[in-house]
Amino acid sequence: MPTKIEKDAISGQMTTGHEWDGLKELDTPMPRWWLWTFYATVVFALVWVVIYPAIPVSGLTGLSGWTARGALPAEMAAERARIEPMLARLREASPAEIAADPEMRAFALAGGRGAFNNACAGCHGAGGQGAPGFPSLADDDWLFGGKLDEIQHTIRHGVRAGESDDQRGIAMPAFLSTGMMTAAQVNDTAEYVLSLTGRATNAEAAGRGEALFSENCASCHGERGEGNRDMGAPRLNDRIWLFGGDKAAVVRTIAYSRAGVMPSWQGRLDPAVVNMLTLYVHSLGGGE
Amino acid sequence: MGMMQAERKGEAAATPSLYASHVKVQPRAVSGPVRRAKWTVLFLLLGLYYAVPWLRWNRGPGVPDQAVLADMAHARLFLGPIEIWPQEVYYLVGLLILAAIGLFAATSLFGRVWCGFACPQTVWTDLFMWVERKVEGDRNARIKLDAGPRDAAWWRKKAAKHAAWLTIAMATGGAWIMYFNDAPTVTREMLTGEASLTVYGFFALFTGTTWLLAGGAREQVCTYMCPWPRIQGAMLDENSLVVSYREWRGERRGKPSDATAGDCVDCKACVHVCPTGIDIRDGQQLECIGCGLCIDACDDVMGRLGREKGLIAFETLSNLAASAAATKGMEPGPARRAAGMAARTAPRFLRVRTLIYAGALGAVAAVMLGAWVMRETLTISVLPDRAPLFVRLSDGGIRNAYTLKLANKLREGGTLTLEIRGPADLSLMVPEAPHDPQGRPLLHARPDAIASYRAFVSAPPTLHLPERVEVTFRLLDAEGRVQASATSAFLGPRP
Repeated sequence: MPTKIEKDAISGQMTTGHEWDGLKELDTPMPRWWLWTFYATVVFALVWVVIYPAIPVSGLTGLSGWTARGALPAEMAAERARIEPMLARLREASPAEIAADPEMRAFALAGGRGAFNNACAGCHGAGGQGAPGFPSLADDDWLFGGKLDEIQHTIRHGVRAGESDDQRGIAMPAFLSTGMMTAAQVNDTAEYVLSLTGRATNAEAAGRGEALFSENCASCHGERGEGNRDMGAPRLNDRIWLFGGDKAAVVRTIAYSRAGVMPSWQGRLDPAVVNMLTLYVHSLGGGE
Repeated sequence: MGMMQAERKGEAAATPSLYASHVKVQPRAVSGPVRRAKWTVLFLLLGLYYAVPWLRWNRGPGVPDQAVLADMAHARLFLGPIEIWPQEVYYLVGLLILAAIGLFAATSLFGRVWCGFACPQTVWTDLFMWVERKVEGDRNARIKLDAGPRDAAWWRKKAAKHAAWLTIAMATGGAWIMYFNDAPTVTREMLTGEASLTVYGFFALFTGTTWLLAGGAREQVCTYMCPWPRIQGAMLDENSLVVSYREWRGERRGKPSDATAGDCVDCKACVHVCPTGIDIRDGQQLECIGCGLCIDACDDVMGRLGREKGLIAFETLSNLAASAAATKGMEPGPARRAAGMAARTAPRFLRVRTLIYAGALGAVAAVMLGAWVMRETLTISVLPDRAPLFVRLSDGGIRNAYTLKLANKLREGGTLTLEIRGPADLSLMVPEAPHDPQGRPLLHARPDAIASYRAFVSAPPTLHLPERVEVTFRLLDAEGRVQASATSAFLGPRP
């Protein structure tokens, strides 16, 4: 609070009346143009409030009708136009050509990451780490092949979704529910499958299962469980299990069958985006 | 009722207005050694500012050949032989710190030399005032012109002045753009209307601010806007050389013919030449930018009166006090002058304050020099995948994936061998890279770019490692010398 407004003896000027430990402040007048500058900012703010949506109340959009959401399509279109030349190149090039060109490759890996998080990560997980029933894309096990062209084919045509004539994978029979095996036979077959990785709990049952496996399973999974990529039949003699590798999971798979489904992305995504995804997925685990 | 109103009116009249209209400062032309020094600094600084963007520097094909260029589009700063990447902005920070300490040191030694001689506000204002003087005449002619009728002559002179000002302002704005674009190219584009809106926008901004600040605002920038006049009181002390009026010699002011008066004849020459419109005889004040033009003006008058020059001079406050003490009670005249001048001592430049500034200046310069000498032109950074942290391989082994970034700050590329140092039996794979005869990946460090590679490190199923072990990635040149290395972690399941 001002205490005593007085005339300063030395300068002849009035003080503000403020005093701090004996120090007094002269009330030097502000330049008038500074005041006008202040008024100008007030006028600017008022105009802004009228033109733009400045008040956070629904319906008060401002005279110009501008909204951030409304401006988005134009910004997206501009960004799209900016990257279109590169997308055109990515559309025409084969995945191998993209991999050989540092500029295209860098763009594809960056763009593929975004597209992957948008379209693929929901099932395959961020970074393609996978989940039970959804294969990991970061390891060295590829159900349908891990070469660039093979990955591109899988993305384009999908898996067992019935959306493309060139789709991947065939269905595995449900041996118990269709009556092709008895429960005891399912158990024996499961024991044999576990024995392929040295994990059988009952050698006798596994021995009985060998014939059953050879008769019912080997045509797709191979005589020694080495898998078959044409059919999408997983390897059974490695340490990677798509639906779980303990005995209960294997029994369930034989009895009721399992089949992963992935949509066909051809027609859903720009061919350039399919190619970017191909490069990105290949980079996750190094491909084959 | 009537009395109360009268009282209120009386109060209102006694309270000064909160706002004051600007009184235009109309400085008179002056000549002398300080003015010559100011012209020299002005020509030097403006010459540098306008000429530097045109200096060329051959850096080889495909690289800008402009000596000083902040290439925003490609995120590079070129300073002659030096090329800085955005992540090395600390070199610029260091330069700014050097400039700041240098400013402190100069201020504590010589007062506001920066404000009075080298500040762009002062330099451009000086140039604009020179133009104004050429078009509208000197102080008295200008005051007369502004007070007179707005006739054809008034309009003609004002138009000519603003046209000249705008020409200088446009050259200033145009030169600014050239520090961020190739000078010949952007000049041609701007003249033919092909330059980008950004270029025209910044050109307009810097043209406008030059015209406004040097033409219109002038000393008000220093008095009201600039924080520096307020800060530098902390750098000045009684040993700093500042522009001072030797009160002990000048007072009592009187006519030249008055033998009993001091040396100051109250001609107001010092006030009339002052670009901020103050009276230096009032002592040290915020508005004084330390340009010293009042020294030239006063020396001129003293010379003509046959009196010793230096009534206003670059002088320390301690000398002012010593002279005042030595001449206390003395009558004006040659004896008082001699006694006052004899009491002075040479300014002390070596003081705790200036030594600290010099030390800080040297320390920062040494750190910057060291950082520059030890600057790595090739760096590798290793970014381990976070999802998944590791994968189980089909044979039961464990694999980690990494993204390697090779930043090569040189304009020539090179091939380097990648190897890892860590637990034995870890194997390294870079699928996209060729291999040397020993099976080690050969990475290509692309010139002036960051090359990115995916690297995979695998542990065989027989290798039992703790949850986390350190792995060092090393880049070797053809002679097997380590050119760059970075350490990361190899993760696995909890044992």
